[in-house]
Amino acid sequence: MRRNGPAALVFHALFVLFMLAPLLIVCIVAFTPEGYLSLPTRGPSLRWFRAILNYPEFVRAFWDSLWLAALSSTVAILLAVPAALAIARYRFPGREAMTTLFMSPLMVPHVVLGIAFLRFFTQIGISGTFTGLVLSHIIVVIPFALRLVLAASYGIDRRIEHAAISLGADTATVFRRVTLPLILPGVVSGWLLAAINSFDEVTMTVFIASPATVTLPVRMFLYIQDNIDPLIAAVSACLIVMTALLLLALDRLFGLDRLFVGSGKG
Amino acid sequence: MSHLVLDGLTKRFGSFTAVEAMDLSVERGEFVSLLGPSGCGKTTTLQMIAGFVPVDSGTIRLDGSDLGPVAPNRRGLGIVFQSYALFPHMTVAENIAFGLEMRDVPRAERDARTRAAMELVGLKGFADRYPRRMSGGQQQRVALARALVIRPALLLLDEPLSNLDAKLREEMQGELRQIQRSVGTTTILVTHDQHEAMALSDRIVLMNQGRIEQIGAPDAVYDRPASAFVASFLGKTNVLRGTADGRGAVAIGDLVLALAGAGSGPVQLAVRPERLVLAEQGLGARITSRVFQGTHWLLGAESAAGPVMLMRANDGLPVPKEGEAVHLRFAPADAALLPGGVSA
Amino acid sequence: MSLASSERSAPFLLTGPALMVFLGLVIVPLGMTVLLSFYDWGQYKGIVPEFTLKNWIEVFTDSYFFEIFLRTFRIALLVTLATMLIGVPEAYILNRMSPAWRSGFLLVVIGPLLVSVVARTLGWALLLGSTGIVNQALIGMGLIAQPLPFMFTETGVVIALVHVLMPFMILAVWASLQRLDPQIENAALSLGAGTLTIWRRVILPQIVPGILSGAIIVFSLAASAFASPAIIGGRRLKVAATLAYDEFLNTLNWPLGAAVASLLLIALVLITVGSNRLIERRYAQVFE
Repeated sequence: MRRNGPAALVFHALFVLFMLAPLLIVCIVAFTPEGYLSLPTRGPSLRWFRAILNYPEFVRAFWDSLWLAALSSTVAILLAVPAALAIARYRFPGREAMTTLFMSPLMVPHVVLGIAFLRFFTQIGISGTFTGLVLSHIIVVIPFALRLVLAASYGIDRRIEHAAISLGADTATVFRRVTLPLILPGVVSGWLLAAINSFDEVTMTVFIASPATVTLPVRMFLYIQDNIDPLIAAVSACLIVMTALLLLALDRLFGLDRLFVGSGKG
Repeated sequence: MSHLVLDGLTKRFGSFTAVEAMDLSVERGEFVSLLGPSGCGKTTTLQMIAGFVPVDSGTIRLDGSDLGPVAPNRRGLGIVFQSYALFPHMTVAENIAFGLEMRDVPRAERDARTRAAMELVGLKGFADRYPRRMSGGQQQRVALARALVIRPALLLLDEPLSNLDAKLREEMQGELRQIQRSVGTTTILVTHDQHEAMALSDRIVLMNQGRIEQIGAPDAVYDRPASAFVASFLGKTNVLRGTADGRGAVAIGDLVLALAGAGSGPVQLAVRPERLVLAEQGLGARITSRVFQGTHWLLGAESAAGPVMLMRANDGLPVPKEGEAVHLRFAPADAALLPGGVSA
Repeated sequence: MSLASSERSAPFLLTGPALMVFLGLVIVPLGMTVLLSFYDWGQYKGIVPEFTLKNWIEVFTDSYFFEIFLRTFRIALLVTLATMLIGVPEAYILNRMSPAWRSGFLLVVIGPLLVSVVARTLGWALLLGSTGIVNQALIGMGLIAQPLPFMFTETGVVIALVHVLMPFMILAVWASLQRLDPQIENAALSLGAGTLTIWRRVILPQIVPGILSGAIIVFSLAASAFASPAIIGGRRLKVAATLAYDEFLNTLNWPLGAAVASLLLIALVLITVGSNRLIERRYAQVFE
């Protein structure tokens, strides 16, 4: 393979700048000592980070989002593992249609899902509840869980399971001792990707969140709708730094390209 | 009573018949190979014995009892898979001990038997290695030890050597044979490799299109093929056209041989290239090709009875050149009469 | 238990739970939404479950709605073209880097995907504001005298969406680049092709399916984007998603909002399924 020329490297540098600029500017502005949006030309200050603590709604929304992400991605993975195993190894009527259905939350605009859930939850009387949030988030993160578990399941040599059976293992033992350990990397990365997507989801959630149950991205969105100030920059900066740390950890653990290539997000 | 008896075993996939009414008896301690081209039904037969493929009709009996209703994990058979199918997340020792664990063998005995099995296959000192970090030959040994350690009633080998390179394969053949002899486990080998089947087995079962073509000891099957298919599948062979006169003589070109049971009319004879010899007179032929193969020359010739191949030992004597006219001969005992009308 | 019957029922037992969840939580709510779009609504009477076509007639005949949908798809098209023009060369450059550099930059390129869209769009709001960095830099360089209006304009929305959706294009192109035989460029070179010819005749034809599938993803996500247009575009510059939001949460005309959402869903399904079909037929051999 030939090397990149100087023109290509200049293009690449500009591209990286383009990708990072909005994230960097948020982190820089968050350190301003002034009471308005500005660059911290008089030296960095932590006043806006301290100010977050005076807004408990941000802190509470953060913990609610974390809890919501953990709960919905756990249920999603519990549904995705058996479904992925069935899709990967059996040929049965409706298999294609079912796969399309399970991946459909990626295709259906989240605005439409939000509206559908708002209407549905209002009808069955759980509108604005945490239960409603969890149910809706399970749906939108299942595709991520399913895709990674599916990839892991396709990779299994069924003769390894046959070997375990021939050595005397029953169905439950084969699953516990052989199948599950073999798909575990897919299960863990699927859970993580599902949790991250649940945590970040804003478009659908904005329809079904209520003042009592609001996620961090929705709270931030509603705040920005009213006004943009250094406080929201500080909140965003915290989020960006946390995501960056998580990203580095994920890269170490799984390799990002393996986690993402072939992945798409709604 | 035979150890393993297959009786009318049949398997269909849709309209395709993979195995048709197969009958086979295997004696205790015997090493039997199912040999044939891909799609001949040999692997399906093995999978039915193992219990991974349901049987359509017929029975499989082991020591007189029907295996049909027995779940695959209760059959107690040792299987070595083509891909070895080792558990990648377990060490060598854990792989081998797995079957003993399933049988609730006490810890101390489990360890002792695992160690003994590793010694048997020459893997002493590899206990804590993971399969991924081993060569193909070593993985093969782990798979064999894992299958043997449960003291199976039957050892099933599914193309176990096909993933190894030629030299290693030959080595493992010898070792496999020696291990099987020493533990005395009845063994069924599935293979498409005739050399492997001939080197390892007590008996060969030659299969084609779901049916058994011939059963017999390797040398018997090789020397006296029962059909044109067997003759052409096992080693190289010449099929010669001749005419029987109805009084026990067959004319192949200018060569006339006494062959009992030839009947009368056109016949086909199978003769191995190494049994065709150059002579002063006999079947007239012209040499068309000459390939040196170290221990011998392989000669191609066009004869009055069709194209033939013959081997000429590299014994220092002159070898006929391309285009040279020669005469060929063979002993009546070296010719196998093929069932009429079949052309190879 | 017979092997055959358990093998037959296993897939249905395994997919059963997920299937029930999807029937109950996707099919039923979507069906109810479509149904809702045929209900009547009034300022004082609220939602009346009587069949009417008036919402659909309004959506199709009122030029206000036509303008918003036109803007939505114009923005989506521009975003798709921009991600293609920038993302394809960038993916190619990434693919030619040494593995160590590549995995580092892959973090930079894909990483933003995991950062909340709200935080990323906030960054663009800070950059593009009239006193933002971009305008200050452009004035500083003497290129413009007056700050350019980015906020509350389509240009601003397009820029932010290009940033938000770029990783999808890179990932799609990257996946197809990885399938290329690394020797193929050398093969073309040995036959006397120049750099441009190699690109046009050898590389591009092989990655076109990847580019197009990336384009479909980017287009449908751009057309249904909500947070970025809402923050950068504001109340004045509405797109389909923000329009539906306003109908539901501000005007409270749910049936009309449901009609807007249904139309968006149907249009996007038709566009993505249609173009997928076209691509698959056109590039059947390449996909094999």
